Amino acid sequence: MTRNTDGTPYAPHTDAETAAMLDAVGVDSEAALFDIPEGVAFDDAFDIPARSEQAVRREVGRTLDRTDDLTEFLGRGHYAHYVPSLVDDIARRQEFLTSYTQYQPEVAQGFLQALFEYQSMLVELTGLDVANCSMYDAASAIGEAATLSQRVRSVSGDRVLVPENLREGKRATLEQYARGPDLTVDSYPTDGGIADVDGLAERLDGDVAMVYAETPTVCGAIEENLGAIGDLATDHDALSVLGSDPVALALLERPADVGADVVVGEADVLGVGTTYGMGLGLFVTREEFIRQVPGRLVGAAEDATDRRAYTLTLQTREQHIRKERATSNICTNQAWLALRAAVHAALLGPDGLADLAEECVRLPRDLAARLTEVSGLQAPVHDRHHLREFQVRTDQPARAVASDLESEGYAVHVVGEHRLQVCVTDANADAVDGFVAAMAEVA
Amino acid sequence: MTEEPHDADGGPTGDDRAGADGADPQREHSTYDQARWSQDGVYEPLLAEKDSTTVEIGGDGEQGEEGEEGEAAGGPLPDDLTRDSLELPGLAEPSVARHYVRLSEMNYGVESGPFPLGSCTMKYNPKFTEDLARRPAAAVHPDRSDRTVQGVLGVMHGLQDYLARIGGMDAVTLQPPAGAAGEFTGIHIARAYHEANGEERTEVVVPESAHGTNFATAAMVGFDVVELPSDEDGRVDLDALRAAVGDDTAALMLTNPNTLGLFERDIEAIADIVHDAGGLLYYDGANLNALLGRARPGDMGFDVMHYNVHKTFATPHGGGGPGAGPVGVTDELAPFLPTPHVTKAPDREGGDYELAEPEHSIGKVHGFHGNWPVCLKAYAYIARLGDEGLRDTSAKAVLNANYLASRIDYEVPYGPFHHEFVASAGDADAADVAKRMLDYGVHPPTTKWPETVDEALMTEPTEIESKDSLDNLAAAFDAVAAEDEATVAAAPKRTAARRIDQVAAARSPRLSWHDLD
Repeated sequence: MTRNTDGTPYAPHTDAETAAMLDAVGVDSEAALFDIPEGVAFDDAFDIPARSEQAVRREVGRTLDRTDDLTEFLGRGHYAHYVPSLVDDIARRQEFLTSYTQYQPEVAQGFLQALFEYQSMLVELTGLDVANCSMYDAASAIGEAATLSQRVRSVSGDRVLVPENLREGKRATLEQYARGPDLTVDSYPTDGGIADVDGLAERLDGDVAMVYAETPTVCGAIEENLGAIGDLATDHDALSVLGSDPVALALLERPADVGADVVVGEADVLGVGTTYGMGLGLFVTREEFIRQVPGRLVGAAEDATDRRAYTLTLQTREQHIRKERATSNICTNQAWLALRAAVHAALLGPDGLADLAEECVRLPRDLAARLTEVSGLQAPVHDRHHLREFQVRTDQPARAVASDLESEGYAVHVVGEHRLQVCVTDANADAVDGFVAAMAEVA
Repeated sequence: MTEEPHDADGGPTGDDRAGADGADPQREHSTYDQARWSQDGVYEPLLAEKDSTTVEIGGDGEQGEEGEEGEAAGGPLPDDLTRDSLELPGLAEPSVARHYVRLSEMNYGVESGPFPLGSCTMKYNPKFTEDLARRPAAAVHPDRSDRTVQGVLGVMHGLQDYLARIGGMDAVTLQPPAGAAGEFTGIHIARAYHEANGEERTEVVVPESAHGTNFATAAMVGFDVVELPSDEDGRVDLDALRAAVGDDTAALMLTNPNTLGLFERDIEAIADIVHDAGGLLYYDGANLNALLGRARPGDMGFDVMHYNVHKTFATPHGGGGPGAGPVGVTDELAPFLPTPHVTKAPDREGGDYELAEPEHSIGKVHGFHGNWPVCLKAYAYIARLGDEGLRDTSAKAVLNANYLASRIDYEVPYGPFHHEFVASAGDADAADVAKRMLDYGVHPPTTKWPETVDEALMTEPTEIESKDSLDNLAAAFDAVAAEDEATVAAAPKRTAARRIDQVAAARSPRLSWHDLD
């Protein structure tokens, strides 16, 4: 058998089959099938050499290995937790990995059920009614919440309020989403790492369509004013949007109990691990907004035998039906990561999730106590409860301390001239002794 | 009640499985019995039906004295910062494993059989790219300093370079996490470009047969959408285009080959018309698989484009994502790319690559750097194929579509098509045809779209199907074409679930297990 030796390894045609197929179509070459005018035909080369699988693995592996092997104490919106082996094993099954959006639900019940269960877990964690089966990431989910505020709020408002210390990547993405509907992104002050409620009240007016808050906040502090923030938003008929994540939500106040209308955030804290920031955007809201939700929704249905089955539903919200009047342009989402998060959550169970969250309160507390013993360091900067991370004041310039830490094999955030931020979870807890010693060395 | 037998349309053995119920196809179609777990009147029970465990959170739990604060009771936080309880399934690992393996058995993937979903390019996803994406050196935090992530930036720069060459573009960003996000980025770039020139252009022109995302994107970025009717031959109507463009035109969004698989032969004239009006030309990369090594958007006059790496470059679709939607631009638009952008800095101390902010950057479209693991897989795929493999990919993709179309009984009204064709189910309901095809071990085409073809069956077999597999797929089409309406309307019968009532599901939405009785 002569198989296509100098073509793509992923087309199975033998030369004889190719000839037979050309014959059946009635042309004498593959080139004859292309209806491309000469003026725009490409007859040059890309100069990309073909390589064997082994050669590509070696080459890419060598390139990747140019990245320094540092132990990361990094967070600020992207977190590492241990991902159990079963998650990878399940997610890599081709039935999940290689399938696509469930346009034919009868043959895609498995993925649909997994997404329905993912949605259900988020409903339980938030206390709200409707979770979609993913946005790209937390930042785009905040942007989508801002556009939702324009569709569901009766106010003619065009301002959205975010905390002044919001991570710049989130703010910049929100501003991108705000540009189309001509919204203004404004900030409200913070006090000691959490919202300054009086400051927020002063910024609120009849033209505010959305108030965004986070717990934990960007510096790791657990927000203490969620109820007051929710009340303020409601009093001004603004959409109350809360950013969080499923690990934090297993322990912290239930968003439904503090007046949240929408919960967004990053669900990749479960099942995904460190990915240079890939993201799995949460989007959960109240039932009254069900027909205004962006993205895909899986619902229960009945089949011809009256048994319960699952299907994508309320698709008239979506771009492939509603075109320019759709709630969003999102099509491809992060479904496979939602599956991974669901498998991880199922493995942890409610005890495991709550234990993990509690560990994420104790670990930074213990680390801060040890760091503040180091001469030249004070931690935590904010007198709050923290989840996973906190800030550290340095007597030395923070940049120099961080740079010296890199030489010692550790990565931390520089967030001010004399301020670092460090993150500790189950994933790097075993490196804490070495980290504290390195800090003592360089601080 | 007796369980409906799985092979309800015949017997478990014998003729039914060999196509005797259909016409006389040139070869026999296959049949497919998907796994169907069923218990107590439902299919595989939900996790929450297998177990539901409630744990008390904070200080009101079993460990604490009544009224005691959470901290004193063993919880790390005061009660007013915590929830009261959490109720979720709590299963042991073997039970979780079995649950998800059963679910996987009730899902059809590219390795299950043909998956000719038009416009989606469901090709085989090589396994070695998965292994590469899982290397520890690829798993880094996005806030690491540039000089400590040279490996990541090196691969990203390599992919930017490859994509630029393949698309005929001058600069590429990898930040958009999906095709629609690429459109969002590209149309924002167009908006920023016009604004920088002191022009306020308010309209984006989109052909009627375009992907729904094009319309939705233009609206999200704040433009009015001008819908462009097609010519009788299924392509852009030049007169209509001339009439549609003007001083308000910010851009024309175009897919080429278009959704009928037809190459827009007048692309040079189209580019001139749009450019003469002061607009930009946007290329939707959904159908790029047809053109690899044959034609490049940049050479056709496109100013900005997105690539769907989960289509053209074989990264897995993952049941809906993650994909990636890198955007390529001409030199003139490069200053508007999102920030940060990976650039080469050979003389810089500490590494060859750095993250830089383009001069007039539109800002960000993703919180961090986009879907990096997906981009890594795409780089490896392109490196594996090289020039010859890429060129052969388009050859085989187009050959397969043409061969398959020549084998089926359904009419294909428009041509010459490339990597996909749109057949018409004629008097039959395309959605019913699709359901019946499921019984034959193939995934059906995209149905009822584009609307320019009645009862459309939009079919894209991709390069990965063999002649034998295409014959089999054609037999499935023809078997359905020969069947009576009642049989087709009652399908599918062999899949995990039978025909699902989507209308009823939308009428009374139940979107979590909390909504079930």
